[in-house]
Amino acid sequence: MSARDTRPGSTGGADVPGPLYGGPDDDYTPEQLAAMSPLELDRLGARYDGVEILHVDPGPEPGSVMEQRAIRQVGLIWGLAGLFAFLFVLVYVGSGWFLPDWQWSITEGGWSALFTPLLGLFMGLSLTLVGVGLVLFTKKLLPHETAVQDKHDGSHFDRVTAGATLVGSYHNSGLGRRKLITRSLALMGGGVGLMLIMPLGGLIKSPNKGNPLGTTAWGEGVRLVRNDGTPIRPGDQEPGSLETVFPAVPGGNRQADAATMLIRLRPAQVENLQTREGQGDFAYGEYVAYSKICTHAGCPVSLYEQETSRILCPCHQSQFDVTQGAKPVFGPAARALPQLPLDVDDEGFFVARSDYIEAVGPTYWNRERI
Amino acid sequence: MARTATAPGAPTTKLGKAALEVDDRMIVAPWLRRTMNKVYPDHWSFLLGEIALYSFLILLLSGTYLTFFFDASMREVVYEGSYAPLRGVEMSAAYDSALNLSFDVRGGLFMRQLHHWAALLFVASIVVHLLRIFFTGAFRRPRETNWLLGVVMLVLALLMGVTGYTLPDDLLSGTGLRIISAILLSIPVIGTWAHFAVFNGDFVGEQIIGRFYIAHVLIIPAILLALIALHLLILVKQKHTQFPGAGRTEHNVVGNRLFPTFAAKATGLIFVVFGVCAALGGLVQINPIWLWGPYNPAQVSAASQPDWYIGFLDGSTRIFPPWDIELPGDYNIPALFWPTVVVAGLMFTVLALYPMIERRMTGDTASHHLLQRPRDVPVRTALGAMGLTFYVWLMVAGGNDVIADKFDISLNAMTWVGRIGVIILPPIAYALTYRICLGLQQHDREVLEHGIETGVIRRLPSGEFIEVHQPLGPVDEHGHGQLAYGGAPVPKRMNHVGGARRAVRGFFSPVEEPTQVEIEQRAEGRGLATGESSRELTTSGRPSEGGRPSEGGRPQEPRD
Repeated sequence: MSARDTRPGSTGGADVPGPLYGGPDDDYTPEQLAAMSPLELDRLGARYDGVEILHVDPGPEPGSVMEQRAIRQVGLIWGLAGLFAFLFVLVYVGSGWFLPDWQWSITEGGWSALFTPLLGLFMGLSLTLVGVGLVLFTKKLLPHETAVQDKHDGSHFDRVTAGATLVGSYHNSGLGRRKLITRSLALMGGGVGLMLIMPLGGLIKSPNKGNPLGTTAWGEGVRLVRNDGTPIRPGDQEPGSLETVFPAVPGGNRQADAATMLIRLRPAQVENLQTREGQGDFAYGEYVAYSKICTHAGCPVSLYEQETSRILCPCHQSQFDVTQGAKPVFGPAARALPQLPLDVDDEGFFVARSDYIEAVGPTYWNRERI
Repeated sequence: MARTATAPGAPTTKLGKAALEVDDRMIVAPWLRRTMNKVYPDHWSFLLGEIALYSFLILLLSGTYLTFFFDASMREVVYEGSYAPLRGVEMSAAYDSALNLSFDVRGGLFMRQLHHWAALLFVASIVVHLLRIFFTGAFRRPRETNWLLGVVMLVLALLMGVTGYTLPDDLLSGTGLRIISAILLSIPVIGTWAHFAVFNGDFVGEQIIGRFYIAHVLIIPAILLALIALHLLILVKQKHTQFPGAGRTEHNVVGNRLFPTFAAKATGLIFVVFGVCAALGGLVQINPIWLWGPYNPAQVSAASQPDWYIGFLDGSTRIFPPWDIELPGDYNIPALFWPTVVVAGLMFTVLALYPMIERRMTGDTASHHLLQRPRDVPVRTALGAMGLTFYVWLMVAGGNDVIADKFDISLNAMTWVGRIGVIILPPIAYALTYRICLGLQQHDREVLEHGIETGVIRRLPSGEFIEVHQPLGPVDEHGHGQLAYGGAPVPKRMNHVGGARRAVRGFFSPVEEPTQVEIEQRAEGRGLATGESSRELTTSGRPSEGGRPSEGGRPQEPRD
């Protein structure tokens, strides 16, 4: 190796490799290392990494009964793992070919009911056995060693030198003195940061424009129809029954806030009927209609127990009394279900007199103001 | 140059030469050797976090598979697939594609269920891992950062779960979505704005499935991946904690090297976790969406419950009283805000800040690498038990309708049981746990002082009966042990200190020579009989009746 490099592009200075990355090649010549056994080399490397092998429990003696058994066990387990993997492939590929079809059929049971469980069983067994075999191999056939590794605290030298580099650069940049740079940097950082998050503004939409939260598809003269679109006459329902109705507008039965419960009260319930203030004429005869959307978390309140006049929400068990203007009587709901003012049109079908006079569904910050 | 093929120690095999070629280019040998030599503590509880890591791996793989077939759109379509009961029903494209995935993709149902089970396991293993870290004090300095990252990842895992089980757009997930919408609305001041930003309008709109989808498959997993990488990097950098024991100090790690022992065990664990998830995914049905039907705002099924990890919020919502707070100006704070946003927010904030809180309370700012036994830190353990009781009780309250139904109890009574329990049970758990910790501590000290109870009763010449204790170490003139408690488990039974010989190996038939084992054990000084010659007998015990302490009431001949 020449001390002066004259290849094109070189600066003509000395081109010798610096200290090698890693091991102490100066301390151990290749000849010395070649004279060491693999075990010694392993220990040497470990020591170099701060690891000391304290104690080794050798694995079973070669040829011993113990070893034979362990080998048989591990071999059997891995063999089974392979077998189950092939069975998985067999079921996956073979279904609908030489095995019955895997697809769902109206007759319960049969191969289609077994397909998914068999896939799970075979893949589960196969992969689990791979893992079990590996653990057994480690535990029974490998030597057990106990190793200790040193844990170092941070080095004072590293801290001081790294800190000096940082401080030196800061000093050279002159940011402490050059105030204009610092200030423009702050302005620039703030501005660019703000600019980059601005497009998120596309997500913002005003909830107060057009009052979407406070209105539903109900309105004056909108008929009450069932899920299948048929209108309802007084007398269609048995006393004490409840029916879910929707506004007679396109897609009315899919709207999130329009579902309404039309209830025909029993005579005993009518006698005790108390309405909310100013809503005395919302009922039509023994018929009352309340929003089906719970005022707590918006689930459909569905379970009507007519003996107790209570409607239960299955999500959080709020209970509303239909004879008291659907006032909450138990559970976490705090507001009554809004009542729909009812009437009957010229053809004798139920219609709404207007939309709900308050927002339906869960409460929110400015509900009362809308 | 320095390296030539003739140099001593140069590789002669093909593999060795290939390795040399690689190392010439990459210089990986020092890094590789350091990595393989890294020592990992050998304790099962260190595998809990690994289970979380591996189930995340399963989630990535199975989830990617699911995206090949899932259509995250709320466009209305009519189902025409092979599941006859729903044919002709209008539904969203998301639900339609989830049904197709279950019925018309070969093995699709298996993958969907595998994904769901792995998700449950993912959150469960994170929680158990967190409990282990908490109760052993592994979060103390210098590991506060990793604790914080862990709590953030737990929250992200919950968000993954919520966005994930919302995607199929079936009746159950739609009901959950409705409640999410109500929770968003309930936030004071910005609630409606937040709702309109997330849903792009009033509930339900046409965007939400698509938005949850991208959050579920890209945004949250990407953040999780980055945090996992950071979590592991810090772990490697700081090295593992370890339980106190012989030779273990604050400045070392005792255990197995990564290669081959730990690597083999960890790889084995990967396969076992994969296998268990696969078995569950095939054999145990989960979320049969075709039974729920498409989402319809006017319908709901009874016993609508979220996945287990959200159950505590469902429970807190059920038992919270109807306390809407009316403010001047016709504003109000809905009751729903407290048990959801506030409870969850407080719980995770306290959890995240716990290392700082404990440091402030105890004034302990030192670095710790040795773990504590829960009994040795009664206040922390009792606090943990209290928090756990609170959490579990809320979860129980989340199923109060099912309990009321199955046990024929009034639903209202169950709600009240939930309300009262959540207030009185945590303090009871605190007091009980505190006492139990102190009791366990005292028992440890007693065994160190007086020795292990042997179960051998001896009659002294004076007529007094005493129980013979086996001291664990040297004793003073009063017979009291002089060992100090070192934070490690204290042996409590004679077998723990070699009172019995090891069993002869072999499951069905012995594979060792029993006499050989006997000799080996005597040489190792195991078994009571080995101490016979050195022990000074002070009693007139009659050997024929098994009265000698050396026999300890145990048969001496090897039998198993």
